[in-house]
Amino acid sequence: MGTLAEVTGDLGSVAYGLAAIGPGIGVGIIFGQGVQAIARQPELTNVIRTNMLLGFALTEALALIGFVVPFVHS
Amino acid sequence: MSARHLLAAQGEEFHAPGTEIFEWGPLWDGAPSWVTKPTLIVTLSVIIVVGFFWAASRRPQLVPRGVQNVGEIGYLFVRDQIARPMIGKDGDKWVPFLVSTFFFVLIMNWMGVVPVLQLPGPSHIAFAVVLAIFVYLLMWGLSIRSQGLVGWFRNMMFPPGLPKALYVLYAPIELLSVLVLRPFTHSVRLFANMFAGHLLIAFFASVAWWFLAEKVTLFGAPVGLVGFLMTIVMTGFEIFIQALQAFIFALLAASYIGGALHPDH
Repeated sequence: MGTLAEVTGDLGSVAYGLAAIGPGIGVGIIFGQGVQAIARQPELTNVIRTNMLLGFALTEALALIGFVVPFVHS
Repeated sequence: MSARHLLAAQGEEFHAPGTEIFEWGPLWDGAPSWVTKPTLIVTLSVIIVVGFFWAASRRPQLVPRGVQNVGEIGYLFVRDQIARPMIGKDGDKWVPFLVSTFFFVLIMNWMGVVPVLQLPGPSHIAFAVVLAIFVYLLMWGLSIRSQGLVGWFRNMMFPPGLPKALYVLYAPIELLSVLVLRPFTHSVRLFANMFAGHLLIAFFASVAWWFLAEKVTLFGAPVGLVGFLMTIVMTGFEIFIQALQAFIFALLAASYIGGALHPDH
């Protein structure tokens, strides 16, 4: 039996697309919840915004690793 | 020079710009090999930042006027948004370091939208790596000074109050995240955002150039128009992203310093 399915073209682009799914969901959750928190407690906006960006930076790390790996292996 | 690069790569068909738009040779014939556009941009950023803050604090007055006003706003922004929330009461000591980091990265990034220059400094990973290594070494030094080497690793890997079995999972993850992933993500985040942003603008700009100036056809022209409009939109978006990345870089640096000084929170 031959090949069932084959992917051609730049695999790095496909890999980055897959790697961006999780962080995409995560970043959406962080900013959604952050905006909700600011709407409930407007007087804490500064604290919430700082922590929101910190969480955003940590979540984004996964997408960044996916971005770099194709370059490392090429 | 950039246009020549681009056009040389294009034959009869449209080719999207690739990593070759980041490769710059010496600025003029016979120049030393390190005198390239990226180093020129970083040198310019240093001169701008130093010059601006020198002008702002040259003759400080109780009632600030002119450029001193702008300098104070920048300084207070870093103190109130980055240093104090992240480090705490003794954060004021670190404001000078954070101000220079923030504004240096900010100006380097904004070089990406300055006409003619149009290359963000950290789109070459070396510049981001050097800044991240400096913060990383600072984190090591401060942690050892304030907690001791053994104390630092104990606070990092075995904080009190967790169920015993969880430490098997927690300790290696935390070790990896603090010692390996921190400097990696700190530098790559800045680099990747600048690199991807520059590539994106270059792509839309070359679409516009190709379909509106090089090969004008009836069906190609609307595509070129979309590329032209998207170039403008993406440039505006990049200004925002570049400022945000500079802010996050300084915020994380402050967070690492704060974690080294106060392990308990």
